[in-house]
Amino acid sequence: MSAASPREGQSQSLAALLSTREVVVFCGSGGVGKTSTAAAAALTAAARLGGKVLVLTIDPAKRLADALGLEAFGNVARRVPLDAYAELGVEPRGELWAAMLDTKRSWDELVLRHAPDEATAYRILDNRMYHNVTSRFVQSHDYIAMERLYEVHASGEYDLIVIDTPPTRNAIDFLEAPARMADFFGGRLLRWLTMPYRVGGGRGGRMFNAASKPFYQMADRVLGSQFLQDIAEFFLNFQSMYGGFVERAEAVEQLLHDRRTTFAVVTTLEGAPLREAESFCRELDARNFDLGALVLNKVLPEYLLSADGEHAAGVFARESEVIARELAATGVPALADTTSSARVLRTLADSFHNYEVVARREAELRTELTRIAPPGPEVIVSVPAFPADIDDARALVRIGEALFAVDAPGTIAP
Amino acid sequence: MSGLLDRRLLFFTGKGGVGKSTVTAATALLAADQGKKVLLVEVDAKNNLTALFEHAPVGFEPRQVHPGVFAMQMDTESSLREYLKVQARVPVFGRIGPMARAFDFVATAAPGVKEILTVGKICWELRESLEGRADWDLIVVDAAATGHVISQLDAPEAIQELVAVGPIRNQTGWLVELLSDPALTALNVVTSPEEMPVNETIELVARAREELNVPLGVVIVNRVLPELFTHADDEVFEALGDPAAAAVLAQHASAGSAAVVEAARLAVSMRRSRSVHLSELRDAVDLPLLLLPYLFVRDHGLRVTRMVAEALGQELT
Repeated sequence: MSAASPREGQSQSLAALLSTREVVVFCGSGGVGKTSTAAAAALTAAARLGGKVLVLTIDPAKRLADALGLEAFGNVARRVPLDAYAELGVEPRGELWAAMLDTKRSWDELVLRHAPDEATAYRILDNRMYHNVTSRFVQSHDYIAMERLYEVHASGEYDLIVIDTPPTRNAIDFLEAPARMADFFGGRLLRWLTMPYRVGGGRGGRMFNAASKPFYQMADRVLGSQFLQDIAEFFLNFQSMYGGFVERAEAVEQLLHDRRTTFAVVTTLEGAPLREAESFCRELDARNFDLGALVLNKVLPEYLLSADGEHAAGVFARESEVIARELAATGVPALADTTSSARVLRTLADSFHNYEVVARREAELRTELTRIAPPGPEVIVSVPAFPADIDDARALVRIGEALFAVDAPGTIAP
Repeated sequence: MSGLLDRRLLFFTGKGGVGKSTVTAATALLAADQGKKVLLVEVDAKNNLTALFEHAPVGFEPRQVHPGVFAMQMDTESSLREYLKVQARVPVFGRIGPMARAFDFVATAAPGVKEILTVGKICWELRESLEGRADWDLIVVDAAATGHVISQLDAPEAIQELVAVGPIRNQTGWLVELLSDPALTALNVVTSPEEMPVNETIELVARAREELNVPLGVVIVNRVLPELFTHADDEVFEALGDPAAAAVLAQHASAGSAAVVEAARLAVSMRRSRSVHLSELRDAVDLPLLLLPYLFVRDHGLRVTRMVAEALGQELT
């Protein structure tokens, strides 16, 4: 098929896309509104497509928890009461469930599951290196998010799982996390590093081979041999979980590549997030993941680019005095002072021109999106900039409506 | 507040997407405009800081990217290599290559090792300048995001607690001393008047007070939207919604008049919801707040960096 964006002969709306998938991974750089978008997509899917939908989020704002009617999120999924949504005209056909990713607890559970025995498990959990390894190593947040996704999916409890991804320095990190985790445990490096301690046994006794000796000489000079030994001991225990981890990481990797899984990349029409989104789309494609949707979030309304608007702003600025006198003649009490009215009209014109500049910048960036290599996303949707925060059920419903609209224009709901 | 640029080492942190790098670059530019020689350090490996000066990416070796501004990209392997050569006097030729991966592996697992290679290099440049072997008047650091900055700056003390003896421990004393000196060092937070960035800022300031000895500097609130109307003018604006008034506007400016009024309505409500977060921040944080306006401009790059620097300069006087 020749290059076209969005893809020909495929679903043209998010509704159609979601109805054929079981897992949607929302990704994008920080600050683009990923979490709210994921929650709104899950809510709308539950309402319109029915079934049992789970939104698995990483670090929700308090207001989002409130909007979902939940006191707090936890590792255990909770059902979201949809009564408030019924009042807003959303007739839920299905159920919405929500859970938050508790990285620390998920890691602990993983260790308890994969360690050969309880004693080893607690030796690992109590080690002061453990926290460090789990909070920072091989993109451990990313890994744990994917691992939880796998577990929830394997439970077969949900028709659709919408997962929000952790903010990463580099958006592709989490795609590689399962492979890296397997690589970490399976790698020669770990064996090579711990070998002197295994062979020598006990404190102080180290046996080097020719290859590792220079490394240990250097590491001793920097870290000190005691510190190095503490590290090696921790790795020795950690390595006992090898088999379980590798098997699991491979299964997670498989789920991400499954045809029932798709990715939604969220971005705003700003330079840096957009560049990251574009590179992310390319990475997904290069790794044969399914790029289902590109969501353009917080898009300014199109009327800012209208010739009529531009003309009107010009008239307001030029003829502010004349219009102000006519406004005073209407008899509306607040418009009696012509000086104030003229000032307000000029401010309106200035403000329109200000936002017009931003809207134009967004439109230019939107055009450049064609740089995303084919096949490109199946669906591209725009969500308008809402004046207020995503702080209530109403806002989630509005985002959901925009997401599910066919070829949604970047306009603001009245 | 005006003393901010009189310090020698400024760290900038903030939630992703708030403009942390732009504000950091603008600070460097402002200081350079005042005649200082500035070292600008990018810690995260995004390597896009120099684009704010219309300059190609740089490496570990500082390069001049603008008159008075020298930029470098932090890289723990290069930092280690330099440390081994200069401090530990370990002869390293090509050999570090194959060992780098092994060391990287250990350094990532061992608490604080990567951080100390980062913070250590920065403090080393400061110490060299204080003792006259280098001539940086100011070091400006685009530091880790809010989630990681505490562990980055806390590393020297964490290592003191964790490691009883050894060379790495011996290096921590002077680092702690420089980092905790309020005349030299400040940690600054960049934020924007939105819910999540404000929450993260409040949390970070509280945690930094609790867990860090690094003095806090200022909170810089980026992208503050302008107040369109005074209270009185707001009533005038509301009255324009009256059918008789709308008819007058439409008569002069036809169809577009509604769009202009609607655009202002959007601007007013965006400003309003943001000012709620701004007051939350003001109430919760007792640090100086510097406000930078939202820039209604088309392009990026040096021109924008300069505009931010000018706004920052005004807030600092």
